[in-house]
Amino acid sequence: KTSAASLQMTVRDALNQAMDEELERDELVFLLGEEVAQYDGAYKVSRGLWKKYGDKRIVDTPITEMGFAGIAVGAAMAGLRPICEFMTFNFSMQAIDQVINSAAKTYYMSAGLQPVPVVFRGPNGASAGVAAQHSQCFAAWYGHCPGLKVISPWNSEDAKGLLKSAIRDDNPVVFLENELMYGVPFEMSEEAQSKDFTIPIGKAKVERPGLCCQISHLHIQLLLSSLLPSQFQVINLRTIRPMDVETIETSVMKTNHLVTVEGGWPQFGVGAEICAMIMEGPAFNYLDAPAVRVTGVDIPMPYAKILEDNSVPQIKDIIFSVKKTLNV
Amino acid sequence: MRKMLTIISNVLRASTKKNGAQAVSEGARVVVSSRSYADFTPQASFDIKGCDLHRLEEGPAQQAVLTREEGLQYYRTLQMMRRMELKADQLYKQKIIRGFCHLYDGQEACAVGIEAGINPTDHLITAYRAHGYTLTRGGTVREIMAELTGRRGGIAKGKGGSMHMYTKNFYGGNGIVGAQVPLGAGVALACKYQGRNELCVTLYGDGAANQGQIFETYNMASLWKLPCIFICENNKYGMGTSVERAAASTDYYKRGDFIPGLRVDGMDVLCVREATKFAADHCRAGKGPILMELQTYRYHGHSMSDPGVSYRTREEIQEVRSKSDPISMLKERMLSNNMTNVEELKEIDVEVRKEIEDAAQFATTDPEPPLEELCNHLFSNDQPLEVRGTHPWTKLKSVS
Repeated sequence: KTSAASLQMTVRDALNQAMDEELERDELVFLLGEEVAQYDGAYKVSRGLWKKYGDKRIVDTPITEMGFAGIAVGAAMAGLRPICEFMTFNFSMQAIDQVINSAAKTYYMSAGLQPVPVVFRGPNGASAGVAAQHSQCFAAWYGHCPGLKVISPWNSEDAKGLLKSAIRDDNPVVFLENELMYGVPFEMSEEAQSKDFTIPIGKAKVERPGLCCQISHLHIQLLLSSLLPSQFQVINLRTIRPMDVETIETSVMKTNHLVTVEGGWPQFGVGAEICAMIMEGPAFNYLDAPAVRVTGVDIPMPYAKILEDNSVPQIKDIIFSVKKTLNV
Repeated sequence: MRKMLTIISNVLRASTKKNGAQAVSEGARVVVSSRSYADFTPQASFDIKGCDLHRLEEGPAQQAVLTREEGLQYYRTLQMMRRMELKADQLYKQKIIRGFCHLYDGQEACAVGIEAGINPTDHLITAYRAHGYTLTRGGTVREIMAELTGRRGGIAKGKGGSMHMYTKNFYGGNGIVGAQVPLGAGVALACKYQGRNELCVTLYGDGAANQGQIFETYNMASLWKLPCIFICENNKYGMGTSVERAAASTDYYKRGDFIPGLRVDGMDVLCVREATKFAADHCRAGKGPILMELQTYRYHGHSMSDPGVSYRTREEIQEVRSKSDPISMLKERMLSNNMTNVEELKEIDVEVRKEIEDAAQFATTDPEPPLEELCNHLFSNDQPLEVRGTHPWTKLKSVS
């Protein structure tokens, strides 16, 4: 590791570093999931951790999501701080009862007697050519539930800072990564290289100030690309729940336009919620045009490349929507 | 010596109040403490039913030693549990308790026997028929009943209700059938991880026993040698479905396959205790999980909305009550071995009844939780946050 400010790190390595640092910092933290130990992680996110920490802290599970998610929740109830990896969030559906009914609701049902400090993490949403059963975005499903915190990091700093916060949080956190981002390198500031670097949960980040407001929990890449005119402000939500409405409202009140971008399906999605919240709040009166959502196409994800490419938001879709919103 | 004490105690007994607490005679200056009447048997050994074994060379001892103190304590707890459940039945019919209410009367020997076989520092988790366990794990009747009636003095401040009660080392009270089993193995994992010589008792019913997640849990608990005692409380009916109609194999103690198992008479508190001790020794020796099937019976229907007689006969219920009632069994054992007498037991009954009445009084008069606390307890150890109400103009606040 160099001390110079310009250190490049992939999202994968940032996640790895976050877990390594938290495992070292707190004996009670441990990782369980399929292939996380001896295989170094299905997507190599936990590479090297088993070699360093051993069987007790890095645990390979059988292919039994409902069982091991429940075990993670029970361990959290009894004082440990588990990180439960789902190989993809599609498989979390088999365990969703444990995430919602056993983890999310328990602190409330027990009137504060029983906290559940567990992190559920793994890749979420579209990948490349994995077809319908392996491409669903769960941001809206988990974002719907009180008692959960739901995070969607974008770049390496997000990944590291937010995962560390999630592990240190005493509550159930759903941490939605993205497989396509794992191999993408980003600059890590000196601050981000520190072992104590955390990013607060529940605060969005204005990635690029500008005149027109956009929001995404994915596809920031597209939004910040040079193809998109630079006067458009880009907000990186970072946290889906609790959502930072204030940052969005402030931005809308300044820019007067809103386009949301997400990979998931349109109906009852994150964008839908943002639009509803803006309508109900003080920012509505500042809108010069209706808020608009750019989303994945409302179909199960197809396999053929041309079909898959046209099932997710592309830069041309975003530019088109922005121009329509601006009436240009 | 014994004869002299008998004479003295007879004399003192005649001159003290019926309650017979600390009695000091002016002349003799002898203090006789309330319960050690010298002519009661201090302890006795009882033959108990053997257990059916699965993958075990030997089972629990077929004799159990019961001391007078233990017997009286078990009796008190069994009776307290019975009366508490019957009071809940009454309050439910008066519509003071609402929603779900799954009563435990008939099954008391399980909860009391298990607690007698483990330590308070051990852990326990069960499903929704949980009032008995909440009591044995340290909850008071007052806070249990106030939780049922949804008041602020309830064990979960009125926010959980019948199925969601918690105490130290007791993880509820779980509403989703079978979900508590992986949770229990997770608690056991935490015990092993932290190197504490503790175990987790993980309970489920005959209905839950067919759940896939239970088999997933058997697998992991066995692989990782988790200190987990799986206990199937087989009360013969999963809601209205008899075990024969639900399970291809009703030998629930064998369903753990590679996990050793024992089938226990769950109506006998001593059987349950000895089996639990046996199972606990197995876990503490690092041998991994073990499975116990407790054959038991519930007098009530599945819940208060089930009269309990459409899928079984009144004769069956009556037969169990007359031949296998756990309280009667203990009472008879103690009386026939002169470990207590009818008066002493009646005294306990009176005390129990009073405690239940006081608790019911509290549960019906304590105020409901304040509306200001509606949104509290969403997150632990967190900043206060704003919570969306039923419309955009309500601004509700949540604190940890």
